[in-house]
Amino acid sequence: MIEFRSVSKQFPDGTLAVDDFSLVMPSRKTTVLVGSSGSGKTTILRMINRMVDPTGGAVLIDDEDISGLEPVALRRRIGYVMQNGGLLPHFKVVDNIATVPVLTGVPRGAAREQALTLMDTVGLDRSLADRYPSQLSGGQQQRVGVARGLAANPNILLMDEPFGAVDPIVRAELQQETIRLQRELDKTVVFVTHDIDEAFLLGDQVVILEKGGRIAQVGSPTEILADPASEFVADFIGADRGKRALSIRRTERGAILVDSEGRAAGVLVDGGPTA
Amino acid sequence: MNLFTEAIDWIFSAERFQGYNPLGLRLGEHLWFTFLSLLLAAAIAIPLGYLIGHTGKGRNLAVGISGAARALPSFGLIVLLVLIVGVTRAPAAAVISFVLLAIPSILAGAYSGLEAIDRRVIDSARAMGMTEWQILWKVEIPLGLPLLIGGLRSGALQIVATATLAAYIGLGGLGIYIFEGLPLRDYPQMLGSAILIAALALLLDALFAILQQFVVPRGVTAGRVRDDRATSTRRRAVAGTPAE
Ligand SMILES: Nc1ncnc2c1ncn2[C@@H]1O[C@H](COP(=O)(O)OP(=O)(O)OP(=O)(O)O)[C@@H](O)[C@H]1O
Ligand SMILES: [Mg+2]
Repeated sequence: MIEFRSVSKQFPDGTLAVDDFSLVMPSRKTTVLVGSSGSGKTTILRMINRMVDPTGGAVLIDDEDISGLEPVALRRRIGYVMQNGGLLPHFKVVDNIATVPVLTGVPRGAAREQALTLMDTVGLDRSLADRYPSQLSGGQQQRVGVARGLAANPNILLMDEPFGAVDPIVRAELQQETIRLQRELDKTVVFVTHDIDEAFLLGDQVVILEKGGRIAQVGSPTEILADPASEFVADFIGADRGKRALSIRRTERGAILVDSEGRAAGVLVDGGPTA
Repeated sequence: MNLFTEAIDWIFSAERFQGYNPLGLRLGEHLWFTFLSLLLAAAIAIPLGYLIGHTGKGRNLAVGISGAARALPSFGLIVLLVLIVGVTRAPAAAVISFVLLAIPSILAGAYSGLEAIDRRVIDSARAMGMTEWQILWKVEIPLGLPLLIGGLRSGALQIVATATLAAYIGLGGLGIYIFEGLPLRDYPQMLGSAILIAALALLLDALFAILQQFVVPRGVTAGRVRDDRATSTRRRAVAGTPAE
């Protein structure tokens, strides 16, 4: 469990990026931070692995205040996946994935063996193991990034707009893989995005942020969709327009659902998923 | 016979390899001054450049000092240093001035090599849990090596050229033929030794150029390099002029 207690961050230049942010991110669940650019998502995320230190309040992991922990050791037990992978350009794919285990003293051979297994896990062909990042597609690089984040078998995985730079089709694929991985691996995932659809798709808990890291609403996707807490949230999730504002239209063939522009969006069925 | 062929004849005449002024000895002196000074300059400039490049602090100061040092007239510097440290310690004075002249290029090569690295790469290395030393050794130094070698290359060329002046304060080197030829108006000898010095500089330059190609990390050259930053780093690295 990750807990933020009245956390603030003011950068040396005076920018108050996060102002009195409090939140509990439950273990083994995916918490998605979503908000427009500059709302403080990255800053909040990076306070979990001490890449940024708060100027006020406390961050706790499993009830332990992390300000007392050694940053290097802390980072090695938290996976971090960033946009564009941030892969080391002079390391082969397999060595990129094995970086953290090698740092923590796992023999290189064993670390590579494990890296190959991780390539299977994230859906990368093993034949790519000896390539360099520049010889991979954007989507493949992103998978390497995810595999690297998982390599030390961390309990916590931080993902900062990991799929922001790939095309929509690959992104949809990677999102599905993430859902599958989360089912299999059961990590505490903190995921940052500015795409509300992605947030609803991946999040058990979705946090909608306004400027300064102020929480506009926290809840499950269902709760937020069913009952937006404010005008801002309703507007942000597009509840009153586009493909989310569905209405029933009766036709002679049966009832269909149409979006706000009158385009057919689906059909009405009995039952449906129970979850 | 024209001057140029006379100069060539001078280079290849039998006298070059005997007598009190054999070519081998002078060449040895010249190279010795060059490598000693380059080594000392590197020992000072590389750690300093890495410190600046890694921390991002002190860059403006370094640029200022480098710029000023580059404007120093080498001849004046040598004479001044000889006067300061004393004629008996002329070799030290010469080496100090060569070192001072080579430091700016090496310093610039060291820190610009680190600066040219994509910030996200370093950020993710740190976020993975690398210590600052590990970031330096495993990420910054390998990726910054081509530009560092570029800096060493210009530093070495500067020293090779300037080491010619060592003869003026009686320290030998290939410059001795020029200074001896001057009062005698022995133009073939002066031109011949100038050609030798130029050839030495070109040879050294070529060696460094090869080395520079050699140290470009595999992943940066491999395959289709689409990252603009990587390609421009490489191009600059090959051109051998570290950015300031
Ligand atoms: N190192 C820094 N120094 C000064 N200000 C910063 C720094 N990092 C971030 N900020 C500022 O803090 C605010 C929040 O930044 P942050 O990167 O957390 O936003 P974000 O929600 O991740 O945005 P994006 O969606 O664009 O990534 C912004 O106003 C930003 O300019
Ligand atoms: Mg961000």
